[in-house]
Amino acid sequence: MHAQAARTPLTGRTGPYFGRFGGRFIPEALVAALEELDAAYRDALAEPEFMGRLDELHRTYVGRPSLITEAPRFARHAGGRAPARILLKREDLNHTGSHKINNAIGQALLTLRMGKTRVIAETGAGQHGVATATAAALLGLDAVVYMGEVDMRRQALNVVRMRLLGAEVIPVTSGSRTLKDAMNEAMRDWVTNVENTHYLIGSAAGPHPFPTMVRELQQVIGVEARRQTLALAGRLPDVVCACVGGGSNAIGIFHAFLDDPEVELVGLEAGGDGVETGRHAASVSGGGLGILHGTRTFVLQDAHGQTVESHSISAGLDYPGVGPQHAWLHDIGRARYASVPDAEAMEAFALLCRTEGIIPAIESAHALAGAIREGRRLGPDGIVLVNLSGRGDKDVDTAARYFGLLGEGSGE
Amino acid sequence: MSARATIERAKSEGRAALIGYLPVGFPDVATSVAAMRAMVAGGVDVLEVGLPYSDPLMDGPLIQRATEAALVGGATPADGFTAVREAGAPALVMTYWTLVDRYGVARFAADLAAAGGAGMITPDLIPDEAAGWHAAADEHGLDRVHLVAPTSTPERLALAARSSRGFLYAASLMGVTGERDLVSTTAKDLVARTKEVTDLPVCVGLGVGTGAQAAEVAGFADGVIVGSAFVRALMDAPDRASGLAAVEAVARELAAGVRKAASVAAT
Repeated sequence: MHAQAARTPLTGRTGPYFGRFGGRFIPEALVAALEELDAAYRDALAEPEFMGRLDELHRTYVGRPSLITEAPRFARHAGGRAPARILLKREDLNHTGSHKINNAIGQALLTLRMGKTRVIAETGAGQHGVATATAAALLGLDAVVYMGEVDMRRQALNVVRMRLLGAEVIPVTSGSRTLKDAMNEAMRDWVTNVENTHYLIGSAAGPHPFPTMVRELQQVIGVEARRQTLALAGRLPDVVCACVGGGSNAIGIFHAFLDDPEVELVGLEAGGDGVETGRHAASVSGGGLGILHGTRTFVLQDAHGQTVESHSISAGLDYPGVGPQHAWLHDIGRARYASVPDAEAMEAFALLCRTEGIIPAIESAHALAGAIREGRRLGPDGIVLVNLSGRGDKDVDTAARYFGLLGEGSGE
Repeated sequence: MSARATIERAKSEGRAALIGYLPVGFPDVATSVAAMRAMVAGGVDVLEVGLPYSDPLMDGPLIQRATEAALVGGATPADGFTAVREAGAPALVMTYWTLVDRYGVARFAADLAAAGGAGMITPDLIPDEAAGWHAAADEHGLDRVHLVAPTSTPERLALAARSSRGFLYAASLMGVTGERDLVSTTAKDLVARTKEVTDLPVCVGLGVGTGAQAAEVAGFADGVIVGSAFVRALMDAPDRASGLAAVEAVARELAAGVRKAASVAAT
């Protein structure tokens, strides 16, 4: 007989703790708001009307279920003569262009339920900011989005989208001027305005209940993908690949497979210039145990516990921490985490564009690079499922500069 | 003398205690320690030695600038022990928890006690997460100061009181550190609600910057906590000597304020 622990399912685990990770390292002033949120979302998830409304918005507004697309030309170019099958879960086809809308719509509905009128959000690539601005416009909430100055420059398109949608975008000029600092600033806003404001965290990070709640709002990705893979291939995939910054798209697709031990789960972190250079954003592969933004997890930090700046070509992965459930899945060996350097991600990015006619987000290109590695390892009998978490329109500027696609002096 | 004994002594003199915060390492370790001594010379009763942290999400722009500069200058958590040792008044460390977590809570408590520290204020460590710290504090006889907030329920106030030793820190308004024009009316309510559940001294922080505000808060609290006004005095000074003089002058104004409370309260 198996020990009791071995039979305890991994799906459905809820915070505040995931093993030695998670918790609530926050000022007392926010405890009441976190308790209120915890109660509101538990009640809501148990209520058919709320879930019915969420499901309706998924079908009639977001565009769920999202497609699954096989990528045979990509697989052939990537895998040589005996390629594994590569299946793409098309979160890029969601309204607003990424998986972030799944969570934003859910939390915006909760905001209404709690009687609050204003949402704030942090954003890196701008996808979560756009999703939040969209949900706020749809449901009649005020939205303020904090975004690092550096990210506003590299994701200018999304800044305009948020403003068109009626959100106020506030540039953050402290620290590294990226996602981590945007989150600091959003926390400062929240502790000041908590009475009428919900902090709509976009990642599966932050204090309890955010990691659990965001996962529960994103796990629809894996539920659909598992069913779709069974229908398409007649069996479960061998490997599921997803990119990991804070880790919301990854936990969203991993969750449905946690109790399928034959399915390997691989999280791809941003390797930047390479983990060995110290210029990267791979918190699991290259970080230490610390506390960041209210949760205990793996953090990029120096010997004294000061956060070290992360580096990645992808603004959405440029975060020096990771969601606590990922840290735990790494600890217990249920998921594997590897890093993909900028160059390898951009190679996968370009390959998908040319072979399948799909421009992926640079974030998602890290998962594609992981799929190439896994596909080569598995060979022709293998099936790799990739979470294509977002589309790459926002990244054309970065890609144009990276690949030199705009001629000198083209001017316009 | 412990922080609590110092606060009680002030009370016996018919006034509130003055508690002053400064981050160690701004503008450099030696000057910050000298500034803490100037604060004590000017009338600060108890010192809060802040440890600079890279992501100070409970601090406003002023303290952010100071702690960022301290980190650029290479300040480390261990510099906090130097300040505690040399400050010349009962001193507590005030820090974001991750720095202690990284240092190791048992080792941190031992080193803090060895430096003669009175204890620690933990603004992002709620009692629910503090079992390790509580045990280490007990082992070394250190004060453990938790915060209460306007949003704290009666149950949470009682939890914070049960979990604290030395005094309770009432964060008097919702928001980050920084001076405000008006002392929030919620401060008085919060102190009254806290005093219903504890005999510990209740000290009020966040937003106090002037002698008049100190007098007002001293009318209902056992201690007045001031941070940003000291940081500003040090930051705005053209050189070290005038910075230290400015810090001492701010302390004098505030020290006079906490002694005026009786007359303010009577009006």
